[in-house]
Amino acid sequence: MARSAQPVGISAWAGAAVAALVLTVIAVPLGAVMLRADASSGLGPADWAAVRFTVGQAFLSALFSVGLAIPVARALARRNFRGRSALIALMGAPFILPVIVAVLGLLTVFGRQGALSEILRLFGLPGVEIYGLHGVVLAHVFFNLPLAVRLILQGWLAIPVERFRLAATLGFSSRDIGRHMERPMLRNVLPGAFLVIFLICTTSFAVALTLGGGPRATTVELAIYQAFLFDFDLGRAALLGVVQVAICVIAGVFVLWVATPNAIGTGLDQPVERWDGQSRAARLLDGAFITAAALFLLLPLTAVVLRGAGAIATMPPSIWVAALRSIALSLVTASVAVGMALPMAMLIARGRARGFLETIGALSIAVSPLVIGTGLFLILRPIAGPTDMALPVTGLVNALAALPFVLRALVPAVEQAEAGYGRVALSLGLSGPNYLRHVLLPRLRRPLGFGAGLAAALSMGDLGVITLFAAPQQGTLPLEMYRLMGSYRTDDAQGAALLLLVLSLAIFWIFDRGGRVNAAV
Amino acid sequence: MKTPLIASGLILAAGMASADTPVLTIYTYDSFTSDWGPGPAVEAAFEETCGCDLQFVGAGDGASLLARLRLEGDSTDADIVLGLDTNLIAAARETGLFADHGVDASNLTLPVAWQDDQFLPFDWGYFAFIHDTDMQNVPTSFTELAESDARIVIQDPRSSTPGLGLLMWVKYVYGDAAEAVWEALADNIVTVTPGWSEAYGLFLEGEADMVLSYTTSPAYHLIAEEDDTRTAALFDAGHYLQIEVAAMVEGSDHADLARDFLAFMLTPAFQSVIPTTNWMYPAALPASDLPEGFDTLIQPQPGLIFTPEEAAALRDEALEEWRAALSQ
Amino acid sequence: MLRFEQGLLRFDDFTLEADFEVAKGDRLAVLGASGSGKSTLLSAIAGFLTLDRGRVIVDGVDVTRTPAPKRPLSILFQEGNLFPHLTAFDNVALGLRTDLRLDEGTRARVNQALDRVGLAEMAARRPGDLSGGQRSRVALARMLLRGKPLALLDEPFAALDPGLRAEMLALMGELCADTGLTLVMVSHDLRDAERLCSHLLLLEGGQVALQGAMADVLRDPPEILRPWM
Repeated sequence: MARSAQPVGISAWAGAAVAALVLTVIAVPLGAVMLRADASSGLGPADWAAVRFTVGQAFLSALFSVGLAIPVARALARRNFRGRSALIALMGAPFILPVIVAVLGLLTVFGRQGALSEILRLFGLPGVEIYGLHGVVLAHVFFNLPLAVRLILQGWLAIPVERFRLAATLGFSSRDIGRHMERPMLRNVLPGAFLVIFLICTTSFAVALTLGGGPRATTVELAIYQAFLFDFDLGRAALLGVVQVAICVIAGVFVLWVATPNAIGTGLDQPVERWDGQSRAARLLDGAFITAAALFLLLPLTAVVLRGAGAIATMPPSIWVAALRSIALSLVTASVAVGMALPMAMLIARGRARGFLETIGALSIAVSPLVIGTGLFLILRPIAGPTDMALPVTGLVNALAALPFVLRALVPAVEQAEAGYGRVALSLGLSGPNYLRHVLLPRLRRPLGFGAGLAAALSMGDLGVITLFAAPQQGTLPLEMYRLMGSYRTDDAQGAALLLLVLSLAIFWIFDRGGRVNAAV
Repeated sequence: MKTPLIASGLILAAGMASADTPVLTIYTYDSFTSDWGPGPAVEAAFEETCGCDLQFVGAGDGASLLARLRLEGDSTDADIVLGLDTNLIAAARETGLFADHGVDASNLTLPVAWQDDQFLPFDWGYFAFIHDTDMQNVPTSFTELAESDARIVIQDPRSSTPGLGLLMWVKYVYGDAAEAVWEALADNIVTVTPGWSEAYGLFLEGEADMVLSYTTSPAYHLIAEEDDTRTAALFDAGHYLQIEVAAMVEGSDHADLARDFLAFMLTPAFQSVIPTTNWMYPAALPASDLPEGFDTLIQPQPGLIFTPEEAAALRDEALEEWRAALSQ
Repeated sequence: MLRFEQGLLRFDDFTLEADFEVAKGDRLAVLGASGSGKSTLLSAIAGFLTLDRGRVIVDGVDVTRTPAPKRPLSILFQEGNLFPHLTAFDNVALGLRTDLRLDEGTRARVNQALDRVGLAEMAARRPGDLSGGQRSRVALARMLLRGKPLALLDEPFAALDPGLRAEMLALMGELCADTGLTLVMVSHDLRDAERLCSHLLLLEGGQVALQGAMADVLRDPPEILRPWM
């Protein structure tokens, strides 16, 4: 498609600089780990088995997450009910929970002594067995269904309201709407959603092993862990890191060619105004999908809340200090992520090297935090003590991890703002900081608020690289929570998990709301 | 807090200790240094007499600790490394980073003899399967366990110390038959977790009848939670030992101070902190000085352990047997 | 043909009130500034909004509670009339069969409609490959084909340049004359209204400020219409 001249040119250098920085922060540590490596054994058959398992389970996880998200998003798109926005917001929570908390929450429903097994036993049926590939996929769907629903719901809400009105006057049936409006939209939206979730699942480690039932559920990330900590074979660890990058690039190339990127995060408040699907059956079906998704996502969360509630008052004081530190860290992460994403989004909106830039943006989800952390450690240690670097380095790496999501929220909004006001701004000679301040930023408040909130919340729950750098006095909340779990203190750990859940949701909510107050759009 | 909280992360200045007080830096695993671990009490007790500032640096678990040290090599800031176990000693020794301790170790109370010029034990424990006291037909050997329909959770030897301990335990007892034992155990193993926390969490959740941990685990539930419903299964062939050690770094700027600390490590001031903070047996404290509740624990006979060199030689083969048997 | 009887729509910060009638074959222009309520009025007739009071009667039938898909009318928006993934032919054919299962007879009628708006050659193109004027013609062809007695136009040609706009208005006029279509067109341009419409209704702040036959109103324009001339 031809693109008109747009005033983003002035910040193109900033976008390119950020893209280069992202590449550097990923490639240089990988290189540093390789350089430090002695003789390496290279990749063995066990490593390739790990690659196969990783790709296979990530594929299935993404497939089920996206497939199940379609009817849920559709139901949410066309039904309006009390608590709809709250439900959408709450449904995002599993995405930001630390893995072990989410897994233990899931077990209260799907475990041997979980609710589902208890119910089955009432009817004389055997309980469910969660361990195996299906358990891994189930957990990944639990984590990623909310994200998939959000991405797809966004696509639904992006269909112009005129189109639904037109469909109504033309007398479209639900099938016609599906064929002429929903399917074309899904064709655009699904590949991107699939890619993001696929990539997230490729770096899975604890979920895959814990629920996978044994060493056949070894992922690349675990193989890296083994190479690094068990064999101290840095060359193999770095090589496996390169394999992760390769998986990401190949998947990215596949998907970005067929998809136009979609937005996340703007205006999910209002359902689509439409006149089909008002039959009793359609209402019941939508209601069933919403209820099922809500139960699936919220029951385990409720378990987390109920267990934590008893312990939260009696937790050791270090938890509260760690919570403060985590809040500070998440604020750093949010500002760094937004600061990196904005110039990149402006460059992407220009339409040049789009697939390349988006792949760079997505790389950071797919690359092992252990390898990046180790590389940064090697690079930075001669310059400064690791404990002094803990918060900035963790902030940077967390911001990188959040970058793809923030980009997805920003790019379409930037494009829209450029299309609507770019020419006027150009004709008025508005450029540089003035353009940013008076034209772009006011139009971007909502996606910026959403992006910052997501980055902050993700950072809150992430263990990431802090483990390599942190001194004992510098633990973040998730790290403290793991330390509690590692010292038999399950009750306190459950309190910490609840605190983490509440803080993550609160910080997301504040940013997201902040973006909406007096927002220009 | 010795290091001020750096909210925005802009200040990169190093430690804040005043210039005339020597700083003794000890690398250890995370849980040693937590508020509820031995770290704070040990630090306070040693600083009372040493005229120094003792600083702990936490680095994940035992394996991360060694990896961190290897990454840093000669330029490490550590004066002492505390928290390696016998499975890591051979690799640690190979780095050539450690000095002889020269401390008299005659008062050790380990169940096995200990002779090592560089690595000095500070605590130890027996690996064991923990179960609820109401469990029926508790197995007394791996083969009985394999024949039963008991569900167990274990840890991955590639990422977890107890996981590696279990690998060595089976290898020690069964030798060349280890792979067959693992194959027989495969249908009892609910899952393999990356670390101890996940496994123990699953067990407390009721996902398994037994979990691999230490014979001292029931002491935590008894003393800290007044819960006497957890106990350890006694295996007739004996239980594998974990011995945790410390060593001083060659070329440390504070070699005398480091040696003083290692000597202090074997005194009651350090040793009496261990049972109810690290929930392990102290390495140099008579059984009569153990806190109340420890007398209820099972007493395995004998304690089994490979020498560090044997363990290093057997490790890769044992791992491959384990992986092959459980990947079917 | 169309009766908007004592209609009232209430919003948080805006109220629309109107009462008027359009006879069969008449062409009413609804004129007003942005925010005067003209698009709201159209939405109420089309059934996208429900009246808080009053009635909408089309062809003698009270459709106040009839859902939008069941009202006997066609509507043309300023943008988004066409589906970007379908060809011009399919977009028009949607007016007859929404499942696009066409027999020879219907295909012929679609081609006829395209021919009538001068786009016989463009049938296989997609909206992205058509000019703005051509897209409007495709939408017109569909409206023609549906043969509903009432047509609602929401500034459908506002984005076109003046020459093209005049051309489209002329075409629309011809089609109305051919078919006896009754028309309600929203506009903010009195000249456009004058070209196509027989009657005028001026909205200001949600109230009808003026209504009457176009010729009468223009013969002796009241003060209120001055700014529009």
